[in-house]
Amino acid sequence: MTSQLERHKYDILVIGAGGAGLRAAVEAREAGLRVAIICKSLFGKAHTVMAEGGAAASMGNLNDNDNWMVHFRDTMRGGKFLNHYRMAELHAKESPDRIWELEMWGALFDRTKEGKISQRNFGGHEYPRLAHVGDRTGLELIRTMQQRIVALQQQDARDHGDAESHIKVFAELTITEILKENGKVAGAYGYWRETGSEVLFEAPAVILATGGVGKTFKITSNSWEGTGDGHALALKTGGNLVDMEFLQFHPTGMVWPPSVRGILVTESVRGEGGILTNNVGERFMFKYIPDVFKDKYADNPEEADRWYLDQDNNRRPPELLPRDEVARAINTEVKSGRGSEHGGVFLDVSKRISAEVIKKRLPSMWHQFYELAGVDITKEAMEVGPTCHYVMGGVEVEPDTAAAVGVPGLFAAGECAGGMHGSNRLGGNSLSDLLVFGRRAGIGAASYVKSAGSVSVSEANIAAAASRIQAPFTRTGGENPYKLHQELQEITHNLVGIIRTKTELDDAILKIADIRKRIQNVTVTGGREFNPGFHLSFDLDNMLLIAESSAKSAVVREESRGGHTRDDFPTMSTKWRQLNNISSFNGSEVVIRQQALPKIPKELFDLFDPHELEKYMSPEEMAAAKGGSN
Amino acid sequence: MAHKLKLRIWRGNSADGGLQSVEVEANEGEVVLDVIHRVQAEQMNDLAVRWNCKAGKCGSCSMEINGKPRLACMTQVASFPEDQEITITPLRAFPVIKDLVTDVSFNYKKAMEIPAFVPPVGMKPGEPRMAQVDVERSQEFRKCIECFLCQDTCHVIRDHEENKKSFAGPRFFIRIAELDMHPLDMLRNRKQKAQEEHGLGMCNITKCCTEVCPEHIRITDNAIIPMKERVVDVKYDPLRWLGSVIRKREGIL
Repeated sequence: MTSQLERHKYDILVIGAGGAGLRAAVEAREAGLRVAIICKSLFGKAHTVMAEGGAAASMGNLNDNDNWMVHFRDTMRGGKFLNHYRMAELHAKESPDRIWELEMWGALFDRTKEGKISQRNFGGHEYPRLAHVGDRTGLELIRTMQQRIVALQQQDARDHGDAESHIKVFAELTITEILKENGKVAGAYGYWRETGSEVLFEAPAVILATGGVGKTFKITSNSWEGTGDGHALALKTGGNLVDMEFLQFHPTGMVWPPSVRGILVTESVRGEGGILTNNVGERFMFKYIPDVFKDKYADNPEEADRWYLDQDNNRRPPELLPRDEVARAINTEVKSGRGSEHGGVFLDVSKRISAEVIKKRLPSMWHQFYELAGVDITKEAMEVGPTCHYVMGGVEVEPDTAAAVGVPGLFAAGECAGGMHGSNRLGGNSLSDLLVFGRRAGIGAASYVKSAGSVSVSEANIAAAASRIQAPFTRTGGENPYKLHQELQEITHNLVGIIRTKTELDDAILKIADIRKRIQNVTVTGGREFNPGFHLSFDLDNMLLIAESSAKSAVVREESRGGHTRDDFPTMSTKWRQLNNISSFNGSEVVIRQQALPKIPKELFDLFDPHELEKYMSPEEMAAAKGGSN
Repeated sequence: MAHKLKLRIWRGNSADGGLQSVEVEANEGEVVLDVIHRVQAEQMNDLAVRWNCKAGKCGSCSMEINGKPRLACMTQVASFPEDQEITITPLRAFPVIKDLVTDVSFNYKKAMEIPAFVPPVGMKPGEPRMAQVDVERSQEFRKCIECFLCQDTCHVIRDHEENKKSFAGPRFFIRIAELDMHPLDMLRNRKQKAQEEHGLGMCNITKCCTEVCPEHIRITDNAIIPMKERVVDVKYDPLRWLGSVIRKREGIL
């Protein structure tokens, strides 16, 4: 069997062909290494295409008060000071360069009157900061990098006579495990989705860029690919996940008709002036401005409206609060009986801007509502409600190199890496995150490979990986993977959702453990050739690990912060602000331990007004930070 | 509200296959992809279908519904009469892999043949200044989600396998047009190459591609026809031809 096994040797394996993976691959290839890009879908279909609003970068094209320090402050504030300071710092400093470089690869962003890259307002960002292309910015990023890779391949065809000599895309291939030899990464094992036949990759470095975990939940904006593969692969390979309790429920997903429930309604709708109202016509967000944000957000409609014309002398409308605040507010309104007919609230952009401008600035939103819900957003309000959108938690990495902690040769970037966004991500910080840390992962892996030497995978290791792929066909338990997936989604939706309690989380942990037992009986019908039931049986295993990690982290974090709200602990705790929850896998279950957050250095601490930090930090912490600065 | 829907789904592989009839529940507001997923979960666990975003943004779930190239995620079940059977088949212009999944590698090969974007020599990141009106022409083509419905419907290759070698197809004509109209692209003669190397001349402007484009890109009017017109100008107008030769020599065009 193994004599016929398809084998490949590369310097670097990139798992995932979304923004982070492609950016990493470009960088690694430009460092002169041979790179394989692996994607579960066709090339260019990754979930990054769904990103609508834009990429945050303090280029200052619309307001020259903007700079990396303001962006850093906004990011830390948005994450409620649980972010890894160094990631937030690198991200804020480097994102303008990452955007400008895309232009040199052919990207065409919308322009300002002076011909610079236009930037739009977004929740939590003090100045207009998001480089964008209408509301299809993610597509522009993916296409630009896809075409950049084609350009590099054309170069290789000229230089080496083979377009795929240095960078090759393996589309529709699933990786089932990362292989290690002597404690270090040595490759990965998987199968072609089309044929079901198995593939071995030998490579000293693997970059995980697999995106999110949304498919663990029932209502999500994520595509089928968001099954937490990179998160789970890292756990199974001996890596850690950090703060998996923090899940971002995007405040505005579609709620009707049922089949489109969860599909994203871009935050740009609010950035462009959309307002949120309940079923009695009340613009309710004014009621939900938390104390920590009171000096930045308008508490009356008049000032909020003036802000669109004069941002220097007015506070922002509360519709543009960070996503966690808006999602909770909508949740409260609906639960209090002030929701719309289909269990959402109303988002209306038609009263503030003209039909022509809406179609120009929000073309895909217009299209999406018109074609899927029969709603013309230039004339009427949209019905919206929270949808599981993004996981802040992810693989614990070294910020500068994106190296996964604890696994030599493993790297992670983009949504599957943790730390950057703290407890809540600001809109627009994801596209810039994947550019900044995708590039850094490419550099980090390239420099690791240059000192690591060659690797080979043992036959025993290969045989074990092969038998695990065969397993679902040989079982006779009769569990249907689709049904188990639906049951898991019910559990996470009902018990690990936007508002959580200890009782429900404990219940979820028991139920997830029960599904883990039943997954041993998953049986696949049909053959290996493009068999979605077979594919789901592996995705399901990953999603279970994610759900377990999220539920177990959520039950121990006894506070409410960002994308983690506990009904039984409704406020932020200064104790928990200093702690990350670290998940690891002991072979049979996920184990959680606490780890102190890295200490923010004086020069970054000093960027904040001490009065603001007092809202988050204990007096002892403040004293220590100031003391340490002398 | 919920009703029983009759579907005929093509099942098989490159060797053999045929239509299979199934009955499945359909609910208010559902799209064809929803009912395919229900069939998959309840009746045919191994039914092969590509999909990703389910919001018309990724272009994965391309197939033929009652013979028309469509995205299954953007086709409402309610757009057909309740008692009518809906027939779902794979894209006809590409080889079947299994069930509704086809081998679309033709398109990736063609993508490789289009010369990449070439920025101005010496221009540094952050320096470009472009007017919105100038970027908009290319932006229209960059809306393309690569669903390849235009490729599937184009009769130059739909029933003429032999033309595939010399014909890039509408998706790549808009790629060439996009680069040709890109304010920063420095590569010359893209139109001529479209004519000579990518089969632009084989298109006889029936606009089928424009009709099926889910992004409503005006492929024929805004990309193909303008390129054809200018190629013809340069080719057949002796003065323009001479001018272009002189300008090319001086490095202007």
